[in-house]
Amino acid sequence: MAAVTPDQLHGHHAPRGVMRWLTTTNHKDIGTMYMIFSFIMFLSGGVLALTIRAELFKPGLQVVQPEFFNQLTTMHGLIMVFGAIMPAFVGFANWMIPLMIGASDMAFARMNNWSFWLLPPAAILLIGSFFAPGGATAAGWTLYAPLSVQMGMGMDLAIFAIHIMGVSSIMGAINIVVTVLNMRAPGMTMMKMPLFCWTWLITAYLLIAVMPVLAGAVTMILADRHFGTSFFNAAGGGDPVMYQHIFWFFGHPEVYIMILPAFGIVSQIIPTFSRKPLFGYASMVYATASIAILSFAVWAHHMFATGMPAAGQLFFMYATMLIAVPTGVKVFNWIATMWRGSLSFEPPMLWATGFIFVFTIGGFTGLICAIAPIDIQVQDTYYVVAHFHYVLVAGSLFALFAGAYYWLPKWTGHMPSESLGKLHFWCSMVFFNLTFFPMHFLGLAGMPRRIPDYALQFADFNAIASVGAFGFGLSQLIFIVVVVKCIRGGERAAARSWESAEGLEWTVPSPAPHHTFEEAPVVR
Amino acid sequence: MGRAGRIAALCLASSVSLAHAEPHARYNLQQPVTGIAEQINDMHTLMLLICLIIFVGVFGVMFWAVFNHRKSKGAVAAHFHENTAVEIAWTIIPVLILLGMAWPATKTVIAMKDTSNPDLTVKATGYQWKWGYDYLQGEGEGIRFLSALSTPREQIEGGAPKGDAYLLEVDNPLVVPVGKKIRVLLTANDVIHSWWVPAFGVKQDAIPGFIRDTWFRADKEGVYRGNCAELCGRDHGFMPIVVQVLSAEKYAAWVAEQKAKAAATASAAPSAEADSAPATAPDKG
Repeated sequence: MAAVTPDQLHGHHAPRGVMRWLTTTNHKDIGTMYMIFSFIMFLSGGVLALTIRAELFKPGLQVVQPEFFNQLTTMHGLIMVFGAIMPAFVGFANWMIPLMIGASDMAFARMNNWSFWLLPPAAILLIGSFFAPGGATAAGWTLYAPLSVQMGMGMDLAIFAIHIMGVSSIMGAINIVVTVLNMRAPGMTMMKMPLFCWTWLITAYLLIAVMPVLAGAVTMILADRHFGTSFFNAAGGGDPVMYQHIFWFFGHPEVYIMILPAFGIVSQIIPTFSRKPLFGYASMVYATASIAILSFAVWAHHMFATGMPAAGQLFFMYATMLIAVPTGVKVFNWIATMWRGSLSFEPPMLWATGFIFVFTIGGFTGLICAIAPIDIQVQDTYYVVAHFHYVLVAGSLFALFAGAYYWLPKWTGHMPSESLGKLHFWCSMVFFNLTFFPMHFLGLAGMPRRIPDYALQFADFNAIASVGAFGFGLSQLIFIVVVVKCIRGGERAAARSWESAEGLEWTVPSPAPHHTFEEAPVVR
Repeated sequence: MGRAGRIAALCLASSVSLAHAEPHARYNLQQPVTGIAEQINDMHTLMLLICLIIFVGVFGVMFWAVFNHRKSKGAVAAHFHENTAVEIAWTIIPVLILLGMAWPATKTVIAMKDTSNPDLTVKATGYQWKWGYDYLQGEGEGIRFLSALSTPREQIEGGAPKGDAYLLEVDNPLVVPVGKKIRVLLTANDVIHSWWVPAFGVKQDAIPGFIRDTWFRADKEGVYRGNCAELCGRDHGFMPIVVQVLSAEKYAAWVAEQKAKAAATASAAPSAEADSAPATAPDKG
């Protein structure tokens, strides 16, 4: 293939060993590092989650004390959101966007290196804060003032970690925007772009828009903590609720930052294994853009219990309900793609189909939460915990696994084990539902979230959830086995690793050589 | 009837009401005792039904395809990838369904916000980690006390068997008359707390430096229990809310008792501080 040049790494005087990874500007190396990093963070956040579930296995305090419990819930949230899910999607973007649009690398290759290498120090600050005097921040991942102003030094470490990860995200996002807009192969118009590139382009704009808002919010907390300001202190003329407005102005688009690339991955996989083109490509693009735009007008639905005026509650309720429309369009499009296709269920397709099924349950509970009076009843209960794990775990995480199984042949040159992939899927699916479905009941019946101990009527569902959580956690070890086996050997993958996979990434050999598309391919 | 007797009666009443309420609160929202909570329950049931119907419809189609349009069954892929009419339909129809959902919700939102003309106004103040109640206006004006968790530490740490109202019991519950509109003003002393009684359909954040309000009108006598619903630090899980709803006569008697106690305290103030202030009331165990 003319577009591909052989691997030149060995011919060059390129650095070897650690220096190779520290200095690399190659989008594939950086993508790989992003993914390894995010998986390590996923396991760390998982250990915290399992400690939480161990404590909640039965009523009473057995494993941890309340203050440390609050540190666990807080750090679990921060690590999973900023350390696991977001960097994992950036890793996918790094690996796949240049391959999908026929570019030789990301637009700003050195900045790419820098945006990755900011992450490990941020992670060290974040996780290291457990060892600071007073422990890690225990104010919840939302870091609401004034509670976050009361925290010890761990809070400052978390703030700096968020700053650094924010800078990394913004640089990553700028890189993606510039790459997608300027480096597409000749003939690849915007509306011919793979949907994964579209969803990431829109996500990148969201990141650039809202990460500075988060940086502002946590900086104001820092100032309130140490420099005598009163942004969120009523006694000094501030307002604690203002923090929540600023935080959720970031926080709600953030939710879509974590799910839109997942939509993109699933939109790549479903057509491949349905052997049929994606239904409603254009409407997928418009739906993604609508979700992104609406995401800026719904933030206060996280704050119905703060006591907004009726007009405010109604506005945010209506706007939130509207999001169901473009999200519904996406689900309908995927199912229409499968309809009258020629389906087969290799692991990527299993995960993608599972994603549609379980994510949609999260979508329904999202709609129920959008109704302000119902939300006032379930806000800050386990119902909300169930809801957002259905969209974040069964949504984002399942899509990430779908994507990993789909592109592992391209990354490693070997097909992932089908039987292990299926085992991983079914274990995850069963244990995920065992963990999170009972939480709906707990929330409805009145169990608040973020509590280390609970009333006796919640005991049985909590026990079930804890058993499910340990099952889910252990199931993820299967994925490590799959990846290690895949790297070390296995069935050789063809350039087009899946029978009817479409797209430029399948025109380069598997594994993708170190440098691809040094000469741009031409898209008809 | 002394303090101990009252507390014993309260414990009995609470264990009865808990046993009674439990079957309802297992898979669903708690049994409502206010009009608003009733509306929320009905709306939740309606939403659940609509979602269930859509769920069955959408996933019926998907699983039909999953089982029948399989390559292994010889399915050959069709090649359609657009259908403007269908795409418009599945955009418009959801909008109509949403409008149907928004209508009852809007009415409830407006009703929840109407705190006018209360019979009794109580201020609830969130502290780390207990609640303070001040009866500001109406029958019982001037009563004030603190309300803290009364579950003994040994039960939490596993040294003693857990009681029926484990973690949902307080030393001094909020006492209100049945059938009367109670307006609750909320604020906090330190960080944000949230005053939540599920059976009333009431959850309102208590924000330091600001006053927010909400209301309820309990239709049935009984003891109703809730929790602080906003993370507020170490003992966030240990500051429950207990509301005792009494008949008009019993409420009047309770008010008289409180007033008498306050008067006795005032006259004996210099010598007997220790056993009068609710904040330092001995644990009932």
